[in-house]
Amino acid sequence: MWAFIQRFASPKHFYRISGKMIPWLGWTCLLLFIIGLYYGLILAPTDYQQGESYRIIYIHVPAAWLSMFVYMVMAISGAIGLIWRIKLSDIIAACSAPIGASFTFLALVTGSLWGKPMWGTWWVWDARLTSELILLFLYLGVIALNGAIEDKRIAARASAILALVGVVNIPIIHYSVEWWNTLHQGATVTKLDTPSIHIDMLIPLLLMAFAFKFYYATVLLMRARCEVLAREKNSHWVDTLVNPNPPSSAEGHSTNA
Amino acid sequence: MREFFAMGGYAFYVWTSYGIAFLVLLINFILPWQEHKQVLKTIARKLRRKAS
Repeated sequence: MWAFIQRFASPKHFYRISGKMIPWLGWTCLLLFIIGLYYGLILAPTDYQQGESYRIIYIHVPAAWLSMFVYMVMAISGAIGLIWRIKLSDIIAACSAPIGASFTFLALVTGSLWGKPMWGTWWVWDARLTSELILLFLYLGVIALNGAIEDKRIAARASAILALVGVVNIPIIHYSVEWWNTLHQGATVTKLDTPSIHIDMLIPLLLMAFAFKFYYATVLLMRARCEVLAREKNSHWVDTLVNPNPPSSAEGHSTNA
Repeated sequence: MREFFAMGGYAFYVWTSYGIAFLVLLINFILPWQEHKQVLKTIARKLRRKAS
């Protein structure tokens, strides 16, 4: 197992293997999106209280779940980079930040668009919304740190520490609807009891959640691949990758027949 | 069909949400794709410079 991880974590192998994985992940993601959207927008019944407006759930909830999931991936791979000095995990952490930020933004905006017709307001400073906003700022902080520090290793360490400190915000987001009074509705799926949501609403929600997860995996590998290439641009394997038959005239002699 | 797009009077809120989601997904896909091409191009240019 360890040997496999080390092999996979070597830039050259990561570049090759991720290149093979991306199409599979991407097409699975697209398929899940098509089925999930069809199920969610057309087959799923209308909500008895919220009418059709509840269909925002199929974007809002997967985006919010993903915003927290990506944060945990970022923090854990940041920690792995911090402890074992694996460059690839630094790259995974750095590449997760902008993706996570965009899904936090999406969760906030769709929440706002859902809140306006249902609560009568775009925004309230309650615990759920505020802690999700703090999550966005944590992501922006990580992005800023990574951008501001020239030395990649120091940047990775600083942003990993920030990400780890910010992990405390994740349970706050999750339990905020229980710990404080809020306009935001409580958990309907992620609770120990049976989910209090109609099965024909739950299935598309889970499909969309999986679609978002696959989407994250796809674009994360795309970004990480890019970053690996950029950081390794002076190594031999990248040279042969870009130009498999290098002209040998650089040394002043030719082996061409 | 008209009924579907009307979303029970919530068309603005529902379709704006889906529209923004689509944009976020699209941008996150295009950015690394473009950058990948850019990085490959930069490396190829560097190799050509070294070869000449």
